[in-house]
Amino acid sequence: MSMTNPLARARGHGSAKEGVRHWFAQRATAVFLIFLVGWLGYAAFALADADYAAARAFMGHPFNAALLILLVITVLYHGMLGLQVVVEDYVHHPAAEITLHFLIRAGAYLGMALGVVNILIIALGA
Amino acid sequence: MKAKQRPLSPFMIGPYYKPQMTSLMSIAHRLSGVFLSLLGAPLLLWWIMAVGAGPEAYGSLLAFFGGLLGRLLLAASMLALFYHLFNGIRHLVWDSGRALDIRSAYTAGWLVLIATVLATAVMLGRLL
Repeated sequence: MSMTNPLARARGHGSAKEGVRHWFAQRATAVFLIFLVGWLGYAAFALADADYAAARAFMGHPFNAALLILLVITVLYHGMLGLQVVVEDYVHHPAAEITLHFLIRAGAYLGMALGVVNILIIALGA
Repeated sequence: MKAKQRPLSPFMIGPYYKPQMTSLMSIAHRLSGVFLSLLGAPLLLWWIMAVGAGPEAYGSLLAFFGGLLGRLLLAASMLALFYHLFNGIRHLVWDSGRALDIRSAYTAGWLVLIATVLATAVMLGRLL
């Protein structure tokens, strides 16, 4: 017979109505990205032979800057969730797994910060 | 005590099954996703940061994408992006519980492959 409180054994071991959170976030960002990547395709098409001034003017337009910020955050978050699942599936060495999870998150958040700061610099004309 | 040897179902990719479109496209979805996360996203950020940094940085970005390595990276990124986009939509349809029978899975698979080739060709025709 165990002396552990049953609640202590149940906590922290997965689904307590949070089981689909990661799965759902991956799908929700995927739906957003259908539209944002479509817009990125249009932007790449429009800017293919643009010089620096034209590229800067495009990115500095408030509407484009807003969509680009959304795209950077959503795409890196989606990529972070995806890489996390890949590591969970294939990396079975605990220390390596935790290190990779840390690096994936650090990389995604660093990329979001770099992207947003640069887009704001361009949009605000600083 | 030695664990009893239990029968395992064979892994979908390997010597036991002949290659199937469903399993190959599934692993390709993962591979393209990993590629886009590790290489595609940094390229997108480089583009944004180069525009933020000024004409010189933007010039070296254009020079890189004019070279052989840059063109190869750009082509691979576009291929991975369009494949992951179209096949992702196929997965979202499956997640909604639709088109899960074998015939629909293959039809949608072919549609994804055709759309990927077309979109990549059009985009690279413009960018390269």
